[in-house]
Amino acid sequence: MTYHRPSFRHPDLPTNELGHTRQYYEGALSTLCAGCGHDSVSAAIVQACFELAIEPHHVAKLSGIGCSSKTPAYFLNQAHGFNSVHGRMPSVATGANAANRQMAYIGISGDGDSASIGFGQFSHVVRRNLNMLYLVENNGCYGLTKGQDSATADVGSAGKRGIATAFEPIDLCAQALQLGATFVARSFSGDKQQLVPLLKAAITHKGFAFIDVISPCVTFNNTTTSTKSYDHMREHVRQADVVDFVPAEKEITVDYAPGTTKELTLHDGSVIHLTKAQSDLDTSDPHAALNAIHDHKVRGEVLTGLLYLDTELHDFHRVINTMPTPLRDLQEKDLCPGGDVLQGINSGLR
Amino acid sequence: MSKHQITSTNDFVIRFANVNGTGSASANGLFAKALFRMGLPISPKNIFPSNIQGLPTWYEVRVSEKGYLGRRGGVDISVAMNPQSLKQDIDCLQAGGYLMYDSTKPLDIRVQRDDVHYLGIPLTEMCQREYDDPRKRQLFKNVIYVGALAALLDMDFSVLTGLVADTFKGKEKLVLPNIHALEMGYQYAQEHFQCPLGIRVERRDLTTEKIMMSGNDALGLGAVYGGATVVGWYPITPSTSAVEAFEKYANKFRICEQTGCKKFALIQAEDELAAIGIVLGASWNGARSFTATSGPGVSLMSEFLGLAYFAEVPTVLFDIQRTGPSTGMPTRTQQSDILAAAYASHGDTKHVLLFPATPKECFEMSALSFDLADRLQTPIILLSDLDLGMNDVMSDPLEWDDSRQYDRGKVLSRKDLERMDTPFGRYRDVDDDGICYRTYPGSHPQKGAYFTRGSSHNRDAAYTEKSEDYVDSMERLLKKWHTAKSLVPAPQRYDNPDANKSTDLGMLFFGTTTDAALEAQNILAEEGIHINALRVRAFPFNDQVEAFLSEHQQIFVIEQNRDGQLRTLLMNECSADPSRLIPLTLYDGMPVCAQDIRREIRKTLKVNNVMPLRAQTRGDS
Ligand SMILES: Cc1ncc(C[n+]2csc(CCOP(=O)(O)OP(=O)(O)O)c2C)c(N)n1
Ligand code: SF4
Ligand SMILES: [Mg+2]
Repeated sequence: MTYHRPSFRHPDLPTNELGHTRQYYEGALSTLCAGCGHDSVSAAIVQACFELAIEPHHVAKLSGIGCSSKTPAYFLNQAHGFNSVHGRMPSVATGANAANRQMAYIGISGDGDSASIGFGQFSHVVRRNLNMLYLVENNGCYGLTKGQDSATADVGSAGKRGIATAFEPIDLCAQALQLGATFVARSFSGDKQQLVPLLKAAITHKGFAFIDVISPCVTFNNTTTSTKSYDHMREHVRQADVVDFVPAEKEITVDYAPGTTKELTLHDGSVIHLTKAQSDLDTSDPHAALNAIHDHKVRGEVLTGLLYLDTELHDFHRVINTMPTPLRDLQEKDLCPGGDVLQGINSGLR
Repeated sequence: MSKHQITSTNDFVIRFANVNGTGSASANGLFAKALFRMGLPISPKNIFPSNIQGLPTWYEVRVSEKGYLGRRGGVDISVAMNPQSLKQDIDCLQAGGYLMYDSTKPLDIRVQRDDVHYLGIPLTEMCQREYDDPRKRQLFKNVIYVGALAALLDMDFSVLTGLVADTFKGKEKLVLPNIHALEMGYQYAQEHFQCPLGIRVERRDLTTEKIMMSGNDALGLGAVYGGATVVGWYPITPSTSAVEAFEKYANKFRICEQTGCKKFALIQAEDELAAIGIVLGASWNGARSFTATSGPGVSLMSEFLGLAYFAEVPTVLFDIQRTGPSTGMPTRTQQSDILAAAYASHGDTKHVLLFPATPKECFEMSALSFDLADRLQTPIILLSDLDLGMNDVMSDPLEWDDSRQYDRGKVLSRKDLERMDTPFGRYRDVDDDGICYRTYPGSHPQKGAYFTRGSSHNRDAAYTEKSEDYVDSMERLLKKWHTAKSLVPAPQRYDNPDANKSTDLGMLFFGTTTDAALEAQNILAEEGIHINALRVRAFPFNDQVEAFLSEHQQIFVIEQNRDGQLRTLLMNECSADPSRLIPLTLYDGMPVCAQDIRREIRKTLKVNNVMPLRAQTRGDS
């Protein structure tokens, strides 16, 4: 079922530069379990898009299948959405992006959707450096099919069924780093402070931006024995950095103590401020990021924050050299060589 | 008593046996093209292994003044350049035929026949003498035997030299050496054999307007003309060359003159699931997009095809069929994906199929498939096959009407949305034809956004588990299916050649079965058996197909698969009595021959089967 929200709006709600309220960025009412991490992620996306002041209809939302993949219905009502098949969102996003490079693409996936059935498509969309935000709502289980272990579940972690996971987990951030993603971050659905600026930076980034968001499944994997539970996460999260995102043409109003922050400038002039927290990670070095992920994992900790950023422009369209105009806007005169040319082709075939 | 010699002018089959990867293809092609330029209808067929180098490969050319382009069966001249297949290459000859071989070493007497004629040319020795470079020794052997054939068959030598000049335009250094090799062969034959042979050619003007093109080349070109901009694909024989053709033509005609940027995106995907996912994503977002594959790829694509059907996303898929099941015989032809394509995916699905039979039709149907996909908002699957796709086929020239506009179907623009006084609903059947209006993402800030999903949805695209909503959309899809009948290409009817004879026998077929079936129709008519023919060009079948079925008592359904898949489809979808549909299946992986069709029909009709002498062969054919 899709439940629509009541359309009554308070007249004094704050608006962004486009004159839109935060509510303008919402979607249908969620039908997920109360307390599901995925709903917090949707709320963070709403907040990020509102703060970024992007036109919702300039965004396309895509997903695979799973509780997580349902969530594009719960944000940005004015954006087109495509809930595709299990594990195949990356290819649909690739085609959509190829057709129109001027829109923003938000792909939502689950750990089952991306680390198992869609592991191949995930890997290849990273390699393509498709300009999109690829967000995995990672709960270590298959929520929609009632809680089976997923490939991101840690060895020894046990959900509601009480059986400890026996197999090595796949770390999607590490995979993304190895496959050449140009923006890699990890976050926690319970940490809105961190997630919202990360989302803003990821949406602004011109290239493949990957965020793995640990997003607990309250129904099947929020047990005391699970490493993807709220409690476990709160205790074991280690923030690499505190992220602040300042969009282009906005003044920087916060005073950062000298020497404690690093500025990263994106293509449109936006700036990411990183304040070092519990690590001194060099976000320009993919190997450092891989090592840091590994070191924390060994200690039973989860490193979150911006892990890697490459600000060079080499997104998919640049690599394959397509024209700046969206391909879908080309007309007969651009596309069809015409009858005379065909006569020439005929002559060459005699 | 002298041995029987086949004598014939402009009507014979020649088969070249070569080793894969020795450069024989261009020499053999030169030979065939020269005959075509002499005004003679030809049909060359590559018979090649699933291998890159070292295995036997054959190139068979039928010359037919009557214009028959199907495979005839039997061989009159065998050019045996591959010791590995020598026995086969002698055995395939008709009695009185000719064997051309490299006589540098004596011919193995164990495989010799005494009812054929031997044309030995010391090719290796000649090349050894003439060339130092081993690569040249190898390559020019092929050109020398073409020169010899020119003398033996009385070909117009100037046509050959003209062709060499055309072929090596821009690489003039290669022209003279090739002509020299042709002359060496020509002279050798003049000096050592009685030229011309009983088999020979004479100039005609039967190919003036015609072209020689592969179906895949035409498909790729058709997609450029049809406005495709996004291609997702994964390599698989025999479909690869269709995508390569698109790339070749797009690189010629779709590069922005100012910037050098591409007006297309060609994406080699990680597999066929991704290839078709790319097509769905691009089409959903308003671009024209296609993928090409073969049977194994169709199997992998089926989940997405079901999504495209149910969520109504335009999708264009070219399936160049090969011999299944499974990996089957990857370099042999078949028409065996009919059911897999027609009903691809789980649940109740059916898909529009197009069946081209010639390169011209490949071109036209390729372009048409984008109009149909946009109009019908559903997958359009074009079924070609290896025989049509990978061989150069003689065809009428390609045509394009410059006044033609792409039919982008029912799409609401920003302006349309502004003007609407009723709310937009993605799956509302406003026009009562089963086809609803869609919007492209990004069209309007507040109107027209919707959620595309493969889960059950109501008329406003919202998720639903209500039975009546579900049934409502399934029934509307059926209504759309009926609308499709009036939009797809109509079948082509070929009434029995003798207009005075009415008949209640029919034959029905599609695609590459056409040439052989029509030839069989003619042969049978000469023998007093009159049959009307219908070539289906698309699925769903329209009223003309129904009418043909009801007008005839016995209908041979001729197709290249074991289980009579087209017949099954007719049984499922038409009201004909199945007992009147007689399966005639030829599915050994080789292009079909008229004689096989003739034989099967005579057998069913219980007419005494006497094969004419010319069609008798020893061993394989
Ligand atoms: C081809 C296919 N196989 C299996 C399923 C069943 N299925 C639906 S969702 C799902 C797992 C989803 O897990 P995840 O991506 O982690 O999403 P979550 O529900 O945990 O958010 C599975 C196996 C399916 N829809 N399609
Ligand atoms: S089952 Fe788990 S993942 Fe699915 S909605 Fe409920 S809490 Fe969320
Ligand atoms: Mg999950």
